[in-house]
Amino acid sequence: MSNWTFYHLPQTIEEALAILQNEPHSKVIAGGTDLLLELQQGRHAPVRTLVDLTQIAELQRLEVVDDILWVGAGVPLNRLIAWQPVRQYATALFEAASLIGGPQVRNVATLGGNVAHALPAADGAIALLALDAQVVLATPEGNRTMPLLSCYAGPAKTALQRTEIITAFQVPLSRKGEASAFRRVMRPQGVAIAIQNMGIWLRREEDIIADLRIAVGPAGPIPFRAHRTEEALRGKPLSEVSLANAENALLSEARFRTSPHRATAEYRIHLAGVLLRQTLQIAWERTEKEPEGSSLLVKG
Amino acid sequence: MELMVNGQKVEVEPQPGEMLAHVLREQLGLTGTKIGCEEAECGACTVIVDGVPVLSCTYPAARAAGKSVLTIEGLGGLHPLQEEFIRHGAVQCGFCIPGQIMTAYALLQQNSNPSEAEIRQALKDTLCRCAGYPSIIRAVQSAARRLRGEPPLPPVVAPVITEPGKNQPPLQVVGTLQPRPDAVEKVSGTAKFTDDLKFPGMLHARVKRAMVPHAILKRLDVEKARALPGVHAVLTAANIPGEKNHGLVIFDWPIMVGIGERVRYVGDAVAIVAAETRQIATQALDLIEAEYELLEVISDPVRARQPDAPQLHPNGNLLKHIKVRKGDMEQGFAEAEVILEHTFHTAITDHAFMEPECSIARPTEDGRMEIYVGSQIPYADRNQVARALGWPDERVHVIGQLMGGGFGGKEDIAGQIHAALLAHATGRPVKLLFDRHESLLVHPKRHATQIRVKMGAKRDGRLTAVETELYGDTGAYASLGEKVLTRATTHSSGPYEVPHARADCYAMYTNNPPAGAFRGFGVTQSAFAIESMMDMLAHTLQIDPIELRRRNALRIGSVTNTGQVLRESVGLLDCIEIVARELKQRAGDQPFASRTVEGQPHLRRAWGFAVGYKNTGLGGGAPDKAGAEVELYEDGSVEVRTSSAELGQGLVTVLRMIVAEEFALPPERVRVLVMDTDRTPDGGPTTASRQTFVSGNAARYAAQSLREALAASLAEKFDVAPERIRFVEGLAQVNGHSLPLGEVAKIVRQEGRMPKAFYEYWAPKTQPLGTGGDMHFAFSFAAQAAEVEVNTLTGEVSVLEVISAIDVGKAINPLGLQGQFEGGIMMGLGNALTEHFIVENGIVFTDRLARYRMPSIMLTPKITAYAVEHPVEAGPYGAKGVGEIVSIPTTPAITNAIYNAVGVRIDRLPVDQEVIVQELSRA
Repeated sequence: MSNWTFYHLPQTIEEALAILQNEPHSKVIAGGTDLLLELQQGRHAPVRTLVDLTQIAELQRLEVVDDILWVGAGVPLNRLIAWQPVRQYATALFEAASLIGGPQVRNVATLGGNVAHALPAADGAIALLALDAQVVLATPEGNRTMPLLSCYAGPAKTALQRTEIITAFQVPLSRKGEASAFRRVMRPQGVAIAIQNMGIWLRREEDIIADLRIAVGPAGPIPFRAHRTEEALRGKPLSEVSLANAENALLSEARFRTSPHRATAEYRIHLAGVLLRQTLQIAWERTEKEPEGSSLLVKG
Repeated sequence: MELMVNGQKVEVEPQPGEMLAHVLREQLGLTGTKIGCEEAECGACTVIVDGVPVLSCTYPAARAAGKSVLTIEGLGGLHPLQEEFIRHGAVQCGFCIPGQIMTAYALLQQNSNPSEAEIRQALKDTLCRCAGYPSIIRAVQSAARRLRGEPPLPPVVAPVITEPGKNQPPLQVVGTLQPRPDAVEKVSGTAKFTDDLKFPGMLHARVKRAMVPHAILKRLDVEKARALPGVHAVLTAANIPGEKNHGLVIFDWPIMVGIGERVRYVGDAVAIVAAETRQIATQALDLIEAEYELLEVISDPVRARQPDAPQLHPNGNLLKHIKVRKGDMEQGFAEAEVILEHTFHTAITDHAFMEPECSIARPTEDGRMEIYVGSQIPYADRNQVARALGWPDERVHVIGQLMGGGFGGKEDIAGQIHAALLAHATGRPVKLLFDRHESLLVHPKRHATQIRVKMGAKRDGRLTAVETELYGDTGAYASLGEKVLTRATTHSSGPYEVPHARADCYAMYTNNPPAGAFRGFGVTQSAFAIESMMDMLAHTLQIDPIELRRRNALRIGSVTNTGQVLRESVGLLDCIEIVARELKQRAGDQPFASRTVEGQPHLRRAWGFAVGYKNTGLGGGAPDKAGAEVELYEDGSVEVRTSSAELGQGLVTVLRMIVAEEFALPPERVRVLVMDTDRTPDGGPTTASRQTFVSGNAARYAAQSLREALAASLAEKFDVAPERIRFVEGLAQVNGHSLPLGEVAKIVRQEGRMPKAFYEYWAPKTQPLGTGGDMHFAFSFAAQAAEVEVNTLTGEVSVLEVISAIDVGKAINPLGLQGQFEGGIMMGLGNALTEHFIVENGIVFTDRLARYRMPSIMLTPKITAYAVEHPVEAGPYGAKGVGEIVSIPTTPAITNAIYNAVGVRIDRLPVDQEVIVQELSRA
């Protein structure tokens, strides 16, 4: 049996929603860089109808709207990272998206797919979580906006309905005194997904971390927001004492587990501490400058 | 649907589930786009859609509606990128090249002056297993310059350093930069690999694999599969007309496992299917019912040797106990002032050649069977296929195809016999293509080993005794296991003069995938152990690691541990000195000291050093011969023919250059035909770094014989002494007259003779292990240094630079040699850092390319290579083997560098960054 039988390329969201509603055995596909492999390798049952979202103009929007970045869920990652405002105002997202896949994959892969695939350590999702992105959904009942984590039901399990489409992410702009960073650690053997990654956004007031958000993956069944760790640092200077407290808080709230052939829990715990210090430091230093990212070096 | 392909509007109807790569290749016949993995990992299928490069193997064809697609065939003529890939020697096996060029083309469209970092980023996921990444980078840079109207870059080849007193008179062709004979086709996408061929009425085959590691096949029902519409044949072991087993040395590998018989690994075949389409054949597999009685799985060679382990083969689990004995171990250790002992482990690794296995069998009208396949041993294929059919060898005709890499992994039978059985049963051509998943499961791997080394030395570093004990995991079937592990064993005390040596190796059967030939042939494993030990000894004795090796190095007059006296061509000390000099230039007198990186206190850097040696040729008393035929045509061209295999390594270039040299012809006038069992004489297996030596010599002597025969004819006709006849620039000069070679061919034919000559070259005789004497007729030597950077926080390791000096005897084909130098280092780097074929209780975990990582361009260090020429008298122009030695010292140079940087001794491959962190936190 073929991996799919019918392939639709709707031009509008309305058209896509109509197909999804009329065909009970249909499923959306964006870049498809995860879904197609699962279909090809038999990890996903064949689908009768695929509804390809890549031709829908609305999903390709990239705009600064007031104080948010409007990032169309279907924008290929290479187009996203070439867009100056994302480098400037959402640096963590720029860094994460630059690290996803290789160049050919980034020419089709999308942020919408990254979130819909619902992996707990997806680089894009971790950055979006740190940036407090909101998800814009198109549903048969109309559009709605919700926090990122509401999209998740479990590891590789989305909370979205089959007939719902992620159309965009609303990413708040980092303003003066605010900055973000994303870091990850890979293994040279085996599947090219991060052993551990981290996204941090913070606002600095003089020598104090006035506010921050920390997202960690994998540290649980879904992307993890480290609220207690944030609490340990909020209102504190970036000192050894606060860092040590933050590390303890992170270990107390996050769940790091052993995955065979990838990393032991102990290694992940160690790396989480390393990433916490590094990513915080980078974000902190970035607040000293006007937000800009064009000279950022990206390691692959 | 409609789309633009290479500027032309085309109308195609994608089938359900069909990907763009498939439409391009099958519906439009654009086979330049290659499929290497079908899982978006390798980049070979890269095409440009609306200006951006995408992976066409995972791009739904329907999505391309209305879009504009550019494939390698659409570049038109030769684009500067294509020309520069040829000129810089960036083309080897050629399978990845369309993907490389299309990815680079897209980059240059957007960025006319990319930095090296930008080129690496762009080609990050476009893998090359021949791994000439530095040449690829230079080719892209050079093409970019030309497109900007600037002059191109010159190709980089290793400087040549010749043994003092051994300078030869300059040669015309040998030693010059020559493009590959197949380069234009390979960069244009017109080169045909087996899967690019189609025949009328061709069926598609698939194999039902056991997928259990150890069992007895109790029941097999293929009736439902046979009944599926579109299925033409389903065969089982009961349908094999001839012999039931195949093998390269020992016929222990069932073509299919029959009912009541033993399954020994997951890749064992139980039934084969031929159908109208691959999809139908795949459906048929699901309809085959097989029941097994599962048995205890032997998952490692140490367990296999225990007396209570289940016995996998009639003669038990021990394939061979290999012994090396020299001197008196008791005396050797008694004389030692320091004794070290340590055990090392190396992993199974996979060749991961870019082109998965493909065979086409085609019955001919005269009752023969043609086999189209890229194989390293065409005559062995012929024999094994004929035996299975119950036919004489001559009834089978193997027609070798371009090979997208082999590295030892295309020596055993893959699908040749299955395709032939199905073609025989159906009377139709049958194609059997492995997908990457099947390729990873089925073909023989590099042996995993456990190697214990006990080493005794004087305080000044001179070795007194080396004792090694090896366990080699040869997996389910013998393949070349005995030979590989013999090489591991005989080389296990390193390229050193050791007065007392003893080695024992247990080559054990297990329920893992078979292990066989893989570039380095066992020496990769033992070199890691012994070179790590040498650095441990240097550290213990506080002697410089280079000096320690200098003191013990093999040299003229040395006696190897198998009792062979080395009489010529031992360039090891020269290799060591060259690398030592380069190191000094870069790092002064303390290259092995750990250094920090300014502003990055968690990063530590250091150099590491290692040496190696590797035999050329089969050795051990095996008759080592190759035949070649050279023929002159009336158009003045010359053809050289031998069945030796071209797998990307550049043998065809070498053969062309040798024949051109002997006739003083421009190389492009020499054609090379290889790998055809009807039309080319047997060149023997393409293994053991032997072909430049044996087939090179065969071609050279055949060319000389033909030259002499032509001279004799001309001498008679023009009544002059034959020695006064010269061959220059495509002309024969007789008494001041010049005769075009084509005329000479006519003259010879008019005399009723054929202007061709055959020569069977026999390499110098060797002696079996254990008898003393010359076990091998030549050895190649190497020294390498690697600089690493270790992140002490995360354990991550990167290799910054590698310096390499290799004694190759004679650099016949410098451009090809450069490819071997670069690719060998990258493969050694992969062996150290990225490659780990994981099998758990007989089940393959790394059954997709996504789980088995080979080094990408991102991991490519700066590479500085030297070719050292200590000629072998019997070698062609002095040459000896190259293909394996280039890779052997790289892994231990890297792991020694890691020790020097952070004090963590790696004794298990591949390097596990987590272990580095653990060790550092313990310290």
